[in-house]
Amino acid sequence: MDLLEYQGKQLFARHGLRVSSGEAVTSVEDAVKAAGDVGYPVVVKAQVLIGGRGKAGGVKLANDAGETREHAGNILGMDIKGHVVRTLWIEHASDIASEYYASVLLDRSAKQPLVMFSVEGGVDIEEVAERTPEKLIRHHVDALAGLSREEAVQIATDGGADADVIEGVADALVALYEVWLQEDATLAEINPLIVTPQREVKALDSKVSLDGNALYRHPENQGLSDSENEDPVERRAKEEGVQYVKLDGDIGILGNGAGLVMSTLDVVAQAGGSPANFLDAGGGSDAEKIKQAVDLLLANDAVKAVLFNIFGGITRCDEVARGLIAAFAEIEPSVPFVVRLDGTNDVEGRRLLEEAALPNVHGAKTMNEAAEMVVALAAGRPVGAAA
Amino acid sequence: MSVLIDEQTRLCVAGITGREGSFHTLNNRSYGTDVVGGVTPGKGGQDVEGIPVFDTWEQAMAEAQPNTAMIFVPPRFAADSILEAAAAGVELVIAITEGIPAHDELRVYNTLKREMKNSHPPTRLIGPNCPGILSPGKANVGIIPASFFKAGSVGVVSRSGTLTYQIGNEIAQAGVGCSTIVGIGGDPVPGSSFVDVLELFEGDEETELVVLSGEIGGSAEEEAAEYIAEHMSKPVVAYIAGFTAPAGKQMGHAGAIVSGSAGTAAAKAQALEAKGVRVGRTPTETASIAVEVLGGASLTAS
Repeated sequence: MDLLEYQGKQLFARHGLRVSSGEAVTSVEDAVKAAGDVGYPVVVKAQVLIGGRGKAGGVKLANDAGETREHAGNILGMDIKGHVVRTLWIEHASDIASEYYASVLLDRSAKQPLVMFSVEGGVDIEEVAERTPEKLIRHHVDALAGLSREEAVQIATDGGADADVIEGVADALVALYEVWLQEDATLAEINPLIVTPQREVKALDSKVSLDGNALYRHPENQGLSDSENEDPVERRAKEEGVQYVKLDGDIGILGNGAGLVMSTLDVVAQAGGSPANFLDAGGGSDAEKIKQAVDLLLANDAVKAVLFNIFGGITRCDEVARGLIAAFAEIEPSVPFVVRLDGTNDVEGRRLLEEAALPNVHGAKTMNEAAEMVVALAAGRPVGAAA
Repeated sequence: MSVLIDEQTRLCVAGITGREGSFHTLNNRSYGTDVVGGVTPGKGGQDVEGIPVFDTWEQAMAEAQPNTAMIFVPPRFAADSILEAAAAGVELVIAITEGIPAHDELRVYNTLKREMKNSHPPTRLIGPNCPGILSPGKANVGIIPASFFKAGSVGVVSRSGTLTYQIGNEIAQAGVGCSTIVGIGGDPVPGSSFVDVLELFEGDEETELVVLSGEIGGSAEEEAAEYIAEHMSKPVVAYIAGFTAPAGKQMGHAGAIVSGSAGTAAAKAQALEAKGVRVGRTPTETASIAVEVLGGASLTAS
């Protein structure tokens, strides 16, 4: 779960990282009022989950109410690489002497936390890593012991932080590690971590990803997802506990298990089709969940045909069949379905479907056959015998 | 032979009294797996269709001497259950539970790798968020539908459960069987990696060929490619899912996140092919390459 800049900064502040005071607003009027509260000059910042805001014109300095009004009006509603700006963060502008970079993340390869630090912050850090790797300090932390203050001082020193802010940078690194650890983050990043002319060390931006599986430990973080910018069908899927990602095509896809669904998307694409979504009904789906999933699939108007690809392990094929039959009774879909059932209780599942004789539902024996059938149906071409 | 589980397996199940836990434990027993007990705190002394239930792993160890643990408890209890089983001396822990926090997985991984390394026979963790392990004809631990596989010489290792069934089933339909099917799970910090399982298959007499089924996210496939080139004498055939997954979208498995070009399906397929591993475009093609290579291997051997 990715957080907006201001949400990340709230978590930073919770763990003692220094951030500028500011307010999140959603209207021009509130922006002007917030700017008055935090004190001019202010920075008006678009809150979107995508990089390159500055270049797109989503971050502007304002010296008075008139400028705040102008910038807030321009930025609200702006489309930044497909992300529409609905929230602004109004922050007191900081004087900057140096721009550093700091992050803590889960290194899946080393299976340890990784702390990174560079004095070449404020720019594309991937470019720094590539062109001058010696300027990016990478330090693996013992996951069981955590990051000690001595280690943090060493990282700041090795990275070449100015001598008079080594302590301040070390404090920031320890606090950032605490954010990562205590909030169950998979990434906590600051770019830039600035040094002010008064030699304060401050987080000017934030990029935080939280582990959705750990949210039960953090009830206070549960409202932080950027639900306004989500596709409405994706939001509904999340509420119903179904894994759904909207794509651009016209073939609705449902399967069980993320790997099999991803593979199904690939096979449909190879057969010349274009998937409308990724939908993982998950392990052990019962009839009710399948019914909800069909409803979700069809909520996307672009869908011209649907493919059910089930290989049951923990999922029982008879339950899938019952769900599909119940869905047809309630929803009466107008698009054709191709259904491939294999695995636990598949014979019973196929028998139930055959008995129900649902209109425009076609059985397929293999995944490849199913893909070819659904691509034909979506294109308006006929296929072989119905189930 | 086979790897990890066989007729010597003595299984004990955490979460045996739950709905799914009991269903799959009994399934495993009907398959022939020797299920010696279950662990559910507070339910010690009860039984599930004759399988004794213990309050703790320590008691289970003392009374029933399991050598294999299956973890079927909810995510918030799973990490502690895994570590308890390991502390009691269980050599192999297979964690089916999906949705364990990444920080818990990190703690479990590092605790098993270091703190417990010298105090017991080292415990190997498979999973979490995996379908389990099946050695056809010998033992089944987990949720893999065994009727779709037959015994033979292909080792299968996969990050995805249902994809494993798909590929294993296609291999079986081509008349070839499997030595062992190992689901390592799709989470960010799995207890065992492709490399760990490839090493086991390389040392297994019965396994002649390995099918590796990967997916987008992480770098486990790239690491496997390096290992195969340097250490595997047996042929490996691979499949990668997620060519059409859009960048930056998370598709179900916590591990399956694409960012930038690292970890994409194309990059993984390329890394494997660069080391001489054949990569199938579909599960069907992967199975047929495996059968073809195996036919060739058998012919040269005879």
